[in-house]
Amino acid sequence: MSLWVDKYRPKDLSKLDYHKEQAENLKKLTQRGDFPHLLIYGPSGAGKKTRIMCILKDLYGCGVERLRMEQLNFTTPSKKKLEIMTVSSNYHIEINPSDVGMYDRIVVMDLIKNVAQTQQLDVNGQREFKVIVLTDVDNLTRDAQHALRRTMEKYITNCRLILCANSTSRLTPAIRSRCLGIRVPAPTITEISSILQNICKKEGLTIPSEFAQKIAEKSNRNVRRAILMCEACKVEQYPFSVKQNIAEPDWLMFIRAMSRKISQEQSVNTLANVRGDLYELIIHGIPNNIIFQTMVSELVKNCDISLKSEIISQAAFFEHRLQHGNKAIFHFEAFVAKFMCLYKKFLEDTVGDVF
Amino acid sequence: MDSFLKSGKLGGSVGDKNNQVNNEVSKKKRSVPWVEKYRPRTVSDIVQQSEAVQVLEQCIAGADLPNLLFYGPPGTGKTSTVLAAARQLFGDMYKDRILELNASDERGIQVIRDKVKTFAQLTASAIRHDGKPCPPFKIIILDEADSLTNAAQAALRRTMEKESKTTRFCLICNYVTRIIEPLTSRCTKFQFKPLDESKIFERLQHIAIEENLQIDDDVLNALVKTSGGDMRRATTCLQSCAILKGKDATISMQDVYEITGVVPEQWIKNYLQACKSNNYSKLEEFIETFILEAYTASQILKQMNEFIVNTDEFTDKQKAVIGEKLGIVSYRLQDGGSEYIQLLDLGCAIMIEYSKTG
Ligand SMILES: Nc1ncnc2c1ncn2[C@@H]1O[C@H](COP(=O)(O)OP(=O)(O)O)[C@@H](O)[C@H]1O
Ligand SMILES: [Mg+2]
Repeated sequence: MSLWVDKYRPKDLSKLDYHKEQAENLKKLTQRGDFPHLLIYGPSGAGKKTRIMCILKDLYGCGVERLRMEQLNFTTPSKKKLEIMTVSSNYHIEINPSDVGMYDRIVVMDLIKNVAQTQQLDVNGQREFKVIVLTDVDNLTRDAQHALRRTMEKYITNCRLILCANSTSRLTPAIRSRCLGIRVPAPTITEISSILQNICKKEGLTIPSEFAQKIAEKSNRNVRRAILMCEACKVEQYPFSVKQNIAEPDWLMFIRAMSRKISQEQSVNTLANVRGDLYELIIHGIPNNIIFQTMVSELVKNCDISLKSEIISQAAFFEHRLQHGNKAIFHFEAFVAKFMCLYKKFLEDTVGDVF
Repeated sequence: MDSFLKSGKLGGSVGDKNNQVNNEVSKKKRSVPWVEKYRPRTVSDIVQQSEAVQVLEQCIAGADLPNLLFYGPPGTGKTSTVLAAARQLFGDMYKDRILELNASDERGIQVIRDKVKTFAQLTASAIRHDGKPCPPFKIIILDEADSLTNAAQAALRRTMEKESKTTRFCLICNYVTRIIEPLTSRCTKFQFKPLDESKIFERLQHIAIEENLQIDDDVLNALVKTSGGDMRRATTCLQSCAILKGKDATISMQDVYEITGVVPEQWIKNYLQACKSNNYSKLEEFIETFILEAYTASQILKQMNEFIVNTDEFTDKQKAVIGEKLGIVSYRLQDGGSEYIQLLDLGCAIMIEYSKTG
């Protein structure tokens, strides 16, 4: 039994539920000879991956759906062995270059060259190129981005890249200008709520539109999250009731609880306690920027406007620093400690004002 | 089961063998990207970069060719210039006479020692296959040379000197400061400047006519404006518009903005409005929406900068304060900082300045 998120993933450009005009444009794109490199970007859960699979299906037919997982091995010039998981069909291959961290350049370059070198297996196939899907390209190192520049021009006859990113801020202009950028905004609350209702209908369930709306709102415009929450609600209680509890992701509740702790008591004890929480989050693979953002937006809630801006400015400083060190915990803690100082002073001052 | 990479051996030393395969495969009938299709064929087709063009034309007319260093922003014709010159110098032998290495190729010190050296040591005769004379040297093009390691650059220095009889080097990079001094001093340097808007406009117009595109002059102009003097960017954008809209469709201003990633004016206004309201949750909400709509943070910073510089709403001193914040935030973003937090930080700074204005 597959999850609803997988079971009801649209498989055709024409079946996509929202951004229909864009889907139509993408369809035209696949029918032309001059298919460009693509850069598909948007927040997580906006449906980028679904769109990419639809594009591939349009290009190559059902063959792209026969996927296999394979581990590829690479060797750096210094003879270090690298392994990376790939998902591929006869027509495309997908990797997440950031899996190999600072060695992403070698993996990406070797892969492109090899793909460009192998002739299309299916001689009768209407496409003379294969597709390399690179996910998470926000995290590509500068080095890898530089290396991609000329490669993208040079090997364009035999392979096309589809780059997938949450945001394009960190991509160099050189990479951006070599791709056709496709912006994929998160679907609206209304769109998500109608997707939920459709899924429920197909499952033979009834869902009050008010409840679907409520889930959509809680999902933060993230379709994947919304569908997961909806399925979880179904397991919890069916028939649905508008008042039923909608479970939010564990990590979200965890960060909220942690932030409450920080706001309640500013002490070395709390700091030590929070360290444990932070480690917990890091170990579970919650991305640093998610931890930081959620924590910040929770922490500023009880502050006045001038303190808010002071805290944001500190957060911006420490969050940026975190990108450089390899020990995230230091920077998280430094920020928490800074917050505690500022907040404690603020509380004392306001109490002082009262007397 | 036929695997995706059956015939490929990964991790091996694949280099110029690739180029050959690739070159043979690229037949004429293939639809090529416009950047390639409209790459200047001769040096005289290069616009704007008159210093480099002049020198190269003299070389094509028979003068000796110095080692070259081309530097300047992307899409200004550096690669095109050297490729065109090589084609003119060597005629149809030009593929045998150039070695093109770029940052994608493995270019550690070992490669400089082996590949470059081996190629440099090949002899080059002074007559073509067809009996016509041609220059008795080869050209090694090191594209994107700013990503060569320092050790590799140092190794290159010796090779450059030793092989100067039969080999010319052409180094291409964006930042000349990344090239070590002993190398730059051995080359004749040419700075490639961003192309004038009028020049880009002309070329785009030419392409538009060739490709049968329906595009108004003011839309074309908007496209030129967003390109920042980068001809590659302008060309790809135009092609992207054409590809996305399909045959015979008219390209609108909206399309150009979408393709170039320009943030619509309304969003800048809303950002400022949120700051002006002195209401933090409004600012927070704006930024969340902005990110959910997948607009690019670095782009809104650029546009915000334009606005701040030109507005009457702030005093010069306030502009300086905001400008400094803009600089910091933009640097941090480039460096991997979170869009959400960095945009909030800028927003708060602007908010404070607004509240001072009263
Ligand atoms: N000065 C120029 N004159 C004519 N075309 C240019 C010029 N500069 C760039 N182009 C066009 O822009 C594209 C990219 O140029 P390229 O030489 O690869 O740029 P660079 O190597 O400087 O990044 C080519 O298609 C070329 O036709
Ligand atoms: Mg170039």
